[in-house]
Amino acid sequence: MEKELLLQVKNLNIEFHDHLIPETVVYDFDLELREGEIVGLVGESGSGKSMSALAIAGLLSRRDMKKRGQILFHDTDLLSCGRDVLRKIQGNEIGIIFQEPMTSLNPVRKIGWQVEESLRIHTDLSRTERYQRAIEMLKSVELEDAERIYHQYPHELSGGMRQRVMIAAAMICNPRILIADEPTTALDVTIQAQIVELLKRMNKEKQTAILFISHDLSLVKQLCERVIVMQGGYVVETGAVQEIFDAPKEDYTRKLIAAIPKVVRKNA
Amino acid sequence: MKYVGKKLVTMFLTLFAVTLFVFLAFHVISGDPATSMLGTEATPAKVAALREEMGLNDPVLIQYGRWAADFLKGDLGVSYSYRMPVGEMVLDKIPVTMTLTILAFLMMVVIAIPFGIYTARHAGGVIDRAIYVINQVIMAIPPFFSGILITLLFGRIFKLFTPGAYVSYEKDFLGFVGYLFFPALAIALPKAAMAVKLLRSSVIGESKLDYVRTAYSRGNRTSDVLYRHVLKNALIPVVTFLGMALADMIAGSIIIEQVFSIPGLGRILLTSISNRDYPVVMAIIVCIAVLVLVVNMIVDLVYGLIDPRISVE
Amino acid sequence: MKDRKKKNYNLIVGGTITGMTLLFVLIGMFYTPYDPNVMDASAKFAGISAKHLMGCDNFGRDILSRVMKGAGTTLGVAAGTVLIGTFFGVIVGAVTGYFGGILDEILMRINDAVFAFPSILLALVFISLLGSGTYQVVIALGIAFIPSFARIVRSEFIKYKNMDYIKNARLQGAGHLRIMFVHILPNTFTVLLSAIMIGFNNAVLAEAGMSFLGIGVQPPQASLGRMLSEAQSYLMRAPFYAIFPGVTIVLMVLGFSLLGDALKREE
Repeated sequence: MEKELLLQVKNLNIEFHDHLIPETVVYDFDLELREGEIVGLVGESGSGKSMSALAIAGLLSRRDMKKRGQILFHDTDLLSCGRDVLRKIQGNEIGIIFQEPMTSLNPVRKIGWQVEESLRIHTDLSRTERYQRAIEMLKSVELEDAERIYHQYPHELSGGMRQRVMIAAAMICNPRILIADEPTTALDVTIQAQIVELLKRMNKEKQTAILFISHDLSLVKQLCERVIVMQGGYVVETGAVQEIFDAPKEDYTRKLIAAIPKVVRKNA
Repeated sequence: MKYVGKKLVTMFLTLFAVTLFVFLAFHVISGDPATSMLGTEATPAKVAALREEMGLNDPVLIQYGRWAADFLKGDLGVSYSYRMPVGEMVLDKIPVTMTLTILAFLMMVVIAIPFGIYTARHAGGVIDRAIYVINQVIMAIPPFFSGILITLLFGRIFKLFTPGAYVSYEKDFLGFVGYLFFPALAIALPKAAMAVKLLRSSVIGESKLDYVRTAYSRGNRTSDVLYRHVLKNALIPVVTFLGMALADMIAGSIIIEQVFSIPGLGRILLTSISNRDYPVVMAIIVCIAVLVLVVNMIVDLVYGLIDPRISVE
Repeated sequence: MKDRKKKNYNLIVGGTITGMTLLFVLIGMFYTPYDPNVMDASAKFAGISAKHLMGCDNFGRDILSRVMKGAGTTLGVAAGTVLIGTFFGVIVGAVTGYFGGILDEILMRINDAVFAFPSILLALVFISLLGSGTYQVVIALGIAFIPSFARIVRSEFIKYKNMDYIKNARLQGAGHLRIMFVHILPNTFTVLLSAIMIGFNNAVLAEAGMSFLGIGVQPPQASLGRMLSEAQSYLMRAPFYAIFPGVTIVLMVLGFSLLGDALKREE
């Protein structure tokens, strides 16, 4: 049974015009994301993966930048629709989390305030209802003592806790899509695994589709079903994770796979 | 609470240091107060008797302690030139200088915040650039010159107020505040220009940070991102500046009082400096020091309120 | 890119204004149209004319000549002030920043207390102790300016003292003094230069303010602040008497502040 098609990106091109010669950072990017699916987007820094992700989240709106193509969420083209339409989708249907949970949270606002923000923008829930939802959400991202954390500030939490808060804030409106832009890069290895597990669970429980951006192929292998490999602004390879790992078609993909550190067991 | 306590202790230590410094400076350099007090009637015998009576033969620290204790009791000493208690001369001038300073401070805030936000939102635009140029010029105009220009323009040409027609606050408080409007404006303008510049660059700097992107990703409007997220962060450095500006304004009002013939602390301070009337100078300097320190304390507290990261350290 | 353009613009405009005021002062040192102190009863409040480009004051003295001399006085006082402030500020900042410890703690506490104090007020304290006069103003303002320089230099020294190349110099046997003044100090020049520009501005404003109050430069020596305070009594009769000295102060400050902005490394 084919799952519902949520997001369809067609021929996305992103050009910068901040120098004399325009510079294209993403060429003809295509993507399909279905309900409940986890798609990995891999490539080294500067490959255009984060640019594509930001474009999908509607966060590339600099004046010196040109975007061509289509980003269809259901039937709405996020590239050509009005700001009002886009805002109704942002935070409500599409959530996003970033690499640096410390700088991505507002340092002078309480955690609870930030987690509830999307509810405040997109729903008419009362103050107490929002509080309850926020507490529920904080608990569901496995933060103990949610009531206390609700009243704390970002600098009082550890990096892993902050990323959980970011996830809670992004997921509070039950978005159909969660974009995770290198969500584990800034974290310790043990915390990385926990965050990946958490994302997996969120995906199972709520059927949220996840676009997981990473330069770390081993994480992508753990989490994703399909993967898109980018290099220098181009999509170089795309397919099911297992296929790509077993039989990479491109040299570049082979190099990325070879770069994964192998765990060598003694006496294996 | 710990933070507040720490700040209070620092404040009292600084107050102690400043008063001790002022006391010692005047004690060492100002010569013999007994001779100054006796003036032309000074004979060695009379001076010696008065020195004994005034306790000038005791160790310096004991003299400081006595002076500080008297000060706290409200006994600020006796003026050499007017032979009257300094307290009487100074106390009713404090409200004048305070009102002038507070008025100027309010004007600065009222001007700086909207213009700062506007120029940040429309950075690079025609109005932003025009305001930049105007700001640079205003910052270069010393308050006493802008005071003179204001007197010339609003006082003499447009006749919006009568220069020199100061109204005492005891007689007519509204008239008093009305008279202080233009002097306060002269004090406020250069500081407001600096604050506009600072707030503008602070808002622009904050707007580039990651949490702003997060705020947009939740569907916030541009104005909500600005007022709910950026502004509170952007105000943190501005608060420090406002505090320093307020301290400067207390000092600046001394000069402006001279331009607009306002009988505040500045007026007696200047006459006392030229008369070498040290008890009065000391009393006023200490009063202003206390005001400045209290202002710094308030700024630190406001800081702790808007920046949650402070109270933890 | 826009910012860079703005900075160049600042540099050009600021440089031009500063260059012109300096030239103006320099000429004033050797030549003035009239003797700035000679009174001419017949020229009392003479308006702007080919003979007197800025008119004459209440004693019939040529305002242009007095502005030229006065600007020189102000500039000289400001230079002296900044020199004292920088010299002692660098020493205090270098020693406290480099060695740290209890001396640093004590000096910085004092520094903070003084820094919290408006510098003009501090200068007033010194003036009331030293008496009025040009040299007294230089000393009073100079002392009042030390803390701000000390602060800046101290934080720069703290930044550099643990860098690898300093450790390397130490390993090679360089003494403390050599490290402080040969290895670290040159690195602080950019920051120091912009602080000097700001200090210069504040000094010009402070000197003018004190002369305006009558406790700075004493008559008959011409001073911009003093001229303004005298002009105040004749505002309606001779507005140009106030405007020319005032505008000269504004131009001096504006030139330096634009240059200071242009020199700053970041926006």
